[in-house]
Amino acid sequence: MKNTATEVVPAEGGLGNDPLLAVDNLHVEFATRAGLVKAVNGVSYTLNAGETLAVLGESGSGKSVTAQAIMGILDMPPARIPLGEVRFRGTDLLKLKEEARTQIRGQRIAMIFQDALSALNPVFTVGWQIGEMFRVHRGMSRRDAETKAVELMDRVRIPAAKQRVNDYPHQFSGGMRQRIMIAMSIALDPEVLIADEPTTALDVTVQAQIMELLAELQRESNMGLILITHDLGVVADVADKIAVMYGGRIVENAPVHDIYRTPGHPYTKGLLESIPRVDQKGQELYAIKGLPPNLLDMPSGCSFHPRCPYRQDNCVTDVPELYEINPTRNSACHYWREVLDGTDG
Amino acid sequence: MGRYIIRRLIQAIPVLLGSTFLIYLTVFALPGDPIASLAGEKRTDPTVVAILREQYHLNDPFFLQYWYYIKGVFVGDFGTTFAKVEVSDLIAGKFQVTINLAMTALILEAIIGVGLGLWAALRRGQAIDSAILASTLILISVPTLVTGFVLQLLLGVQLKTSTGFDFFPVAGVYDGWRSYLVPGFVLAGVSIAYLTRLTRTSLAETLRADFVRTAVAKGLPRRRVVGRHALRNALIPLVTYLGADLGTLMGGAVITESIFNIPGIGQELFRSVYERQQPVVVGIVTLLVLVYILANLFVDLLYAVLDPRIRYE
Ligand SMILES: Nc1ncnc2c1ncn2[C@@H]1O[C@H](COP(=O)(O)OP(=O)(O)OP(=O)(O)O)[C@@H](O)[C@H]1O
Ligand code: SF4
Ligand SMILES: [Mg+2]
Repeated sequence: MKNTATEVVPAEGGLGNDPLLAVDNLHVEFATRAGLVKAVNGVSYTLNAGETLAVLGESGSGKSVTAQAIMGILDMPPARIPLGEVRFRGTDLLKLKEEARTQIRGQRIAMIFQDALSALNPVFTVGWQIGEMFRVHRGMSRRDAETKAVELMDRVRIPAAKQRVNDYPHQFSGGMRQRIMIAMSIALDPEVLIADEPTTALDVTVQAQIMELLAELQRESNMGLILITHDLGVVADVADKIAVMYGGRIVENAPVHDIYRTPGHPYTKGLLESIPRVDQKGQELYAIKGLPPNLLDMPSGCSFHPRCPYRQDNCVTDVPELYEINPTRNSACHYWREVLDGTDG
Repeated sequence: MGRYIIRRLIQAIPVLLGSTFLIYLTVFALPGDPIASLAGEKRTDPTVVAILREQYHLNDPFFLQYWYYIKGVFVGDFGTTFAKVEVSDLIAGKFQVTINLAMTALILEAIIGVGLGLWAALRRGQAIDSAILASTLILISVPTLVTGFVLQLLLGVQLKTSTGFDFFPVAGVYDGWRSYLVPGFVLAGVSIAYLTRLTRTSLAETLRADFVRTAVAKGLPRRRVVGRHALRNALIPLVTYLGADLGTLMGGAVITESIFNIPGIGQELFRSVYERQQPVVVGIVTLLVLVYILANLFVDLLYAVLDPRIRYE
């Protein structure tokens, strides 16, 4: 019973050349009173061991919903996954039985959330909450689990871990709470860690420390890291590749350096130009004009067309596929060549 | 924690003084002469009346009367009735009966209310949820007098005559704890309905909390997510409600006690107000206030145990 998942999903290596995690044409919709909200409309990305994938996109673009679908923590209903696959070492998680899924969740694919204060249970000590991973999944005694919790708190560099293990979440600072969240998520050495805006709720100096910690933990354990963020600044330092989302779709997939040098989609280009830069002091910040798309009523053709400076007539009618720019890059723009060349439309 | 308790007890003193003062004032303002009503229809000798009035400080100004009274209360002397019966003796036994009744009601309320509420919350939108919600509405809208007499008839009388199952007495307190079951339920009725709804909302809300999502993401079994992570948080507001309700139940016992002929404090209070037995009325109300204060103190302490965010403030 305990090993269901291990039998279903191979422990290491996997079949052939399957990546560690592959999201393939994933669709998620929510049945709401206002109608069907199509939050994710065909997202695909892959992640290999030791790799960091940054998922970028403005608020509401479906980054978190995609992550929750991978974890299997969406409330269904109202959520529904009409189409798509989430392959973990070659096995489609969406087809697994709930028990098998529970064995993977938290143990092999773990997640940390934006606001650690609300994500931690206020009535249990942090040691209890970290130790719970060992008690429930590894059958450890209370005392052994607490020892493990202290070790983990040391590992995420919480000062005086031994004294603080029996404190409650509200007794820690924001940064320390996020470290506790991280400690809990890496407790059982997951192969994939999804960090959903782990630093958004923190102030800038603490943000950098948390990012550093995540990068370091990843190097030590060779896990695959999906880093969801709107902050293009942190991405350049830690990510290997980037997936840019817009309106529930991937609009561009690329290695991090390519995308900074030559964005292949007008939306990515707009995002990059909106980063404040020292050498452009005084110049007006480029902000993408217009509003994010209405998920209840998506624009026809390319969903970015109402806001796109490169728009041509066919953009309004033809949905762009995810064109291959080269084997490591894709762009969902009919005019990616013009965008790459930098000629403004 | 110890200092917290002491501070709370000290805070209770002005509350006790203030509320007894108000009660005393109200009873004082009641129309009619207690000595005259003591004598009933007979005419009384004016000199006797004068002596009695003097003896009970009835000629003194109001504040002095209150002062004599409150001095007594602090040494456990609740005074005597105009018929020379010690108020504390009179109340003691009846108080026990009402406490039994209120505790039975509270236990029934906690078990049924929390049970139904949890059941409804876990089956939200399904038939059983709607059925539970509908029955709480009925409980809230039907007056206690009606539920009381109907249940007395059904369980106390007809159950026995039609099936021979003699378990619920019709009235009185001669059958130990069994005597309190039906009256307790009747007394708790409306509270059960409110607690059911509160429990349902509280758990449903907690189930949507971020930390519950975290618990799911940790790969915990659903049983544990609901039973440990969600329930522990959802219980906090329920404890507050239950504690505050003990006072309400004791105060609300008058009707139930008269339906089931239970010799409790409610009946006594009713009679004393009617007969203008000031010391008895004030004595009973003072005790009720005391119970209320203690119950609230207990709730606050329990609250601190259940919610660490309060404990460390
Ligand atoms: N339970 C739900 N019911 C209905 N709609 C939902 C639900 N959860 C998410 N959505 C919708 O799905 C869309 C995508 O949400 P998501 O949380 O993935 O955005 P995001 O890219 O993570 O944005 P942010 O940067 O603000 O976190 C949003 O428009 C949101 O309104
Ligand atoms: S397909 Fe057209 S509208 Fe869409 S991003 Fe490309 S140029 Fe702009
Ligand atoms: Mg999000």
